[in-house]
Amino acid sequence: MEKILVCIKRVIDYNVKIRIKPDESGVITDGVKMSINPFDEIALEEALRIKESGNANEVIIVSIGPDDTQQQLRTGLAMGADRAIHIEHPTPLEPIQVAKLLSRIVEQEQPELILMGKQAIDDDANQTGQMLAQIFSYPQATFASKITLTGNTLEVVREVDQGLEILDVDLPAIVTVDLRLNEPRYVKLPDIMKAKKKPLEVLDPVSLDVSLDPSIKVLNVSAPPPRQSGVMLEDASQLVSSLKEKGLLND
Amino acid sequence: MTSDQKVLVIAEHFQGEIISSTSKAINCASQISSQVDLLVLSNDPNLSDHASRYDGINEVLVINDDLFENSIASIMAPVIAEIASSYDYVLAPSTTFGKDLTPRVSAVLDVSQITDIMEVIDSRTFKRPVYAGNAIETIEINQGQKVVATVRPASFKDVGDSNNASVKILDLPSVDIPNHTRFKGIQSEVKERPDLQVASVVISGGRGVGSAENFEILYQLADKLGASVGASRAAVDAGYVPNDMQVGQTGKIIAPDLYFAFGISGAIQHIAGIKDAGTIVAVNKDPDAPIFEIADIGIVADLFEFIPDFLSKLD
Repeated sequence: MEKILVCIKRVIDYNVKIRIKPDESGVITDGVKMSINPFDEIALEEALRIKESGNANEVIIVSIGPDDTQQQLRTGLAMGADRAIHIEHPTPLEPIQVAKLLSRIVEQEQPELILMGKQAIDDDANQTGQMLAQIFSYPQATFASKITLTGNTLEVVREVDQGLEILDVDLPAIVTVDLRLNEPRYVKLPDIMKAKKKPLEVLDPVSLDVSLDPSIKVLNVSAPPPRQSGVMLEDASQLVSSLKEKGLLND
Repeated sequence: MTSDQKVLVIAEHFQGEIISSTSKAINCASQISSQVDLLVLSNDPNLSDHASRYDGINEVLVINDDLFENSIASIMAPVIAEIASSYDYVLAPSTTFGKDLTPRVSAVLDVSQITDIMEVIDSRTFKRPVYAGNAIETIEINQGQKVVATVRPASFKDVGDSNNASVKILDLPSVDIPNHTRFKGIQSEVKERPDLQVASVVISGGRGVGSAENFEILYQLADKLGASVGASRAAVDAGYVPNDMQVGQTGKIIAPDLYFAFGISGAIQHIAGIKDAGTIVAVNKDPDAPIFEIADIGIVADLFEFIPDFLSKLD
């Protein structure tokens, strides 16, 4: 195929323990390490492997976010993407808006395959890929843990609640990827230097003609109720008595 | 409760049965309005009987067609969006089925979507988890906008099954149905035990179990207690059990009444999957294992000595 488009999101690094703002308006991001959403990184790795196996000519990455998002796009270029598109927008958007902005890029670039993570680890929405697929009535395969390309068809193994489902989808298609698909490569220093010279186009969302009026308002972000601290017991007899007391074991 | 609002719940079914997560979505729907209908898209006419028994359902809408044999989102979404035109809400369980399907429905309807409703504050205000449950968002959706949402099964109880709702068979609406997606099969473990997401007792093993063979002792205990068996990601990655047994942020989020963690250290990603459990019992050799910080009952012991002893006390 000619092109693969990979959609990536800048999120708080998955190793960071998040902290909630004292006024409960959101999560603290100032001075916090940011990264490519780990599922999107897996999507990019898969695109690069398809290209390296000779089955694609170009891997394009796209991201929507504040100006700092270019750090993550540069990381993606260092991993091996050929060029990057940054749709600059300072505040979080709803997935339907993200899907519509991305649809403009899909119209421009006409990729045969679009890859992204099954969800972003910040809002955990798990919507954008499926919405983008519906906008073009493209096939989708979500929760992908294995992808095999044969001619114009992708066979995708999906990790669903009941086990592993196998779907065949015709290209062009959208695949959202799960954790087990691959292990992303580490970026090497020379590649970081090379990435600085790769093309990175910045777009103003206004030029893409998509309504960005919010329809969902976040009233408050709070910490989940903490669990009560428990007791330590010595052995199985004590456990049996304790569970019986709580009505969790029958006499 | 605003009783003139109409809610459509999408039934999830697998191998001839409606899945319990559907019942939990109905419970959520009933907290929004008393006008709740259940839509069953399948090729199995027998499902409507089960569907009509759920308490809180006003009417069961059924389309029987071979198109719906395997729940393919690109086929179902245009049909659901068409039927949704006379509804104010469309809800589906927040399972891989519902998450795959509902965003396509939202895109046809051109509306924003809410993932993982965990609490209904009022008909426009909901709570949902973000950052794998490490923060809870309270959100409000604009008045007058159709609401498409998925419902987090772990946050709602099953509804009863004493209803006898009327069943209406619908014709397949005339919408464009794509043929670009083909189901080839599903590899599913033969389930001898209750499903992880509905079991009231779950027994999980971690890396401390040591091997696939050693999981046998957990299965014995599970059968004694009528429990389901889960595993930590470490145990799955070590190849002891298949991935569909994984409990945690990257696996299944569950809320049993009683949860046993054997040989599980208690990584954040595992805790995210069991936060809503009633009582958590942790057994681990390592007294410093982080699992003890969140367990209701902790026992420092070797699980291979502890479980046989526990089993004997249950006789």
